[in-house]
Amino acid sequence: MLPLLRHARYVLSENPVTGLAFGLFFMFLLAAIFGPLIAPYNPLQSNAAMALKPPSAAHWFGTDQLGRDIFSRVLVATRLDLTIAFASVILAFLLGALSGVAAGYFGGWTDRIVGRSADTIMAFPLFVLAMGIVAALGNKVINIVIATAIINFPLYARVARAEANVRRDAGFVEAARLSGNGEARVLLGHVLPNIMPIMMVQMSLTMGYAILNAAGLSFIGLGVRPPDAEWGIMVAEGANFIQSGEWWIALFPGATLMLAVFCFNLLGDGLRDIIDPRKRT
Amino acid sequence: MLGLLLSRLATAIPSIVGVVVVTFMLTRLLPGDPAAYFAGLAASPQAIAEVRAKLGLDKSLPEQFVGYIGDLLQGNLGSSLSTGQPVVAEIATRLPASAELTLFALIVAVAIAIPLGVLAAVKQGTWIDHLCRVVTTAGVSLPVFFTGLLFAYVFYYLLQWAPAPTGRLDVFLSPPTHITGFYLIDSALTGNMEVFWGALRQLALPAISMAIFSLAPLARMTRGSMLAVLGSDFIRTARASGLAPRTVVFSYAFRNAVLPVITTLGMVFSFLLGANVLVETVFAWPGIGLYAVNALITSDYAPVQGFVLTMAILYVALNLVIDLLYGLVDPRVRLDA
Repeated sequence: MLPLLRHARYVLSENPVTGLAFGLFFMFLLAAIFGPLIAPYNPLQSNAAMALKPPSAAHWFGTDQLGRDIFSRVLVATRLDLTIAFASVILAFLLGALSGVAAGYFGGWTDRIVGRSADTIMAFPLFVLAMGIVAALGNKVINIVIATAIINFPLYARVARAEANVRRDAGFVEAARLSGNGEARVLLGHVLPNIMPIMMVQMSLTMGYAILNAAGLSFIGLGVRPPDAEWGIMVAEGANFIQSGEWWIALFPGATLMLAVFCFNLLGDGLRDIIDPRKRT
Repeated sequence: MLGLLLSRLATAIPSIVGVVVVTFMLTRLLPGDPAAYFAGLAASPQAIAEVRAKLGLDKSLPEQFVGYIGDLLQGNLGSSLSTGQPVVAEIATRLPASAELTLFALIVAVAIAIPLGVLAAVKQGTWIDHLCRVVTTAGVSLPVFFTGLLFAYVFYYLLQWAPAPTGRLDVFLSPPTHITGFYLIDSALTGNMEVFWGALRQLALPAISMAIFSLAPLARMTRGSMLAVLGSDFIRTARASGLAPRTVVFSYAFRNAVLPVITTLGMVFSFLLGANVLVETVFAWPGIGLYAVNALITSDYAPVQGFVLTMAILYVALNLVIDLLYGLVDPRVRLDA
């Protein structure tokens, strides 16, 4: 553990941007956990007298067309946006890593089925497929999670397959097999833990894309419904006021969304540098 | 060359089959009972049963699939509930608008990304390399609908350089004679410069928003692949033989480095076709993305499904073109085929 920490410190000192990304990440995490507690106003409380007010000392990010405080809404939305992204990434990991590891380890028809499903998903423009899935499954938040997980599935399956394939005849796998472990146990207890670092990098790299995808879907009116606070739908609401000059309604949720995606992308690159120095760019 | 074409066509067949099976599954997954949905809210059980028989939903799944294939082969994607128009016709009339936007965005992205990537590799570690890194990381982090809105605010509302973000052409101009459906090409062919500039002004902001989002993988790949090629032995030999740096970079290195970049075009198109939907929504661009989004809002499913299928087929076709292009650029691939 100590050499890894030392290496991590070295990478961080080489690339201060990754340190910054870690800082941002903790800020978003705090906002997601404590957002509803520290929000200065009720995010759903409308106040017609205060509608469409630009940013001020009382309302840092201004108010929207119903007089709701945008700062509170952006803060509270963090939990929903991050939950959707985390849930879809974990679901994609479970589906992709398990089937990918099995495909790489067993080969044969398992490999063909997993490979063919991944290819079929990749034959679609991914955001368009996600739209189609949410439209077909029904307009609910859980379906955004499912759709985002499905479009990320091929990435996980391919990485897991390649990594498991390299290790199927490795010494430690042979040893595990010879000491009488069943195939499932070798796979889940020995091969899968061995490729976890690479899968973790993959998860942090796809997190940003998952946030972007979920926000894009809710921007076009899928999944999250008003009056719920979510970054994508808040930008969509603000879009109606851009042409009349009320910029703050769309700007703050949009900029927060951008910052979150940026943070996760940097974090993913940083994690990759720590875990897999060969792929450093 | 014909052999290559045929073998590449054959590789596209499993993709097409997969796409058709998935879109069929999506049509059967409609929330609730599609028959009850299409029959309307106040329909009697008898009316629902009639609709079910009419839609073929009382048959077994394989029979329904055969029916679906038959409909597809006849170019029948159903009709929109809200307009009553056949989906195929609506998509066909709107496709040129989307295609013009997407291709223009691609040209802008390539025009920025490739010089940037080449310069970043040639002048590694200088400010242009850092710029390239910032652009590639920031580019993929920008929600395309947000950059679009930001551009509309800055360039339309504040600076008034750009026209109102509503559609392909100012309301005071009439569209050019229909030749290709691409306003830029049609107006240039008919020599109508006023419409050409009008169309270009409308096109600029949405295309640039899309280009920024999609240029990151291109620039990153160009830089990486140029670095790899510039470090190889034949470049050292070319330099040692006293060739001009320009010749080394452009005729020796770039021609070899461009191959992986062509491969990334597949991913770039996946980004572009997805971003297309969001950008069309922001700029009220009358393409197939906006058509699908409007249909989604009114729970009108046939256009959405037609849209997903059209996009997927286009994407498979584009990947096929990229594959063929790769074969044209790299003779070694042709020999393998």
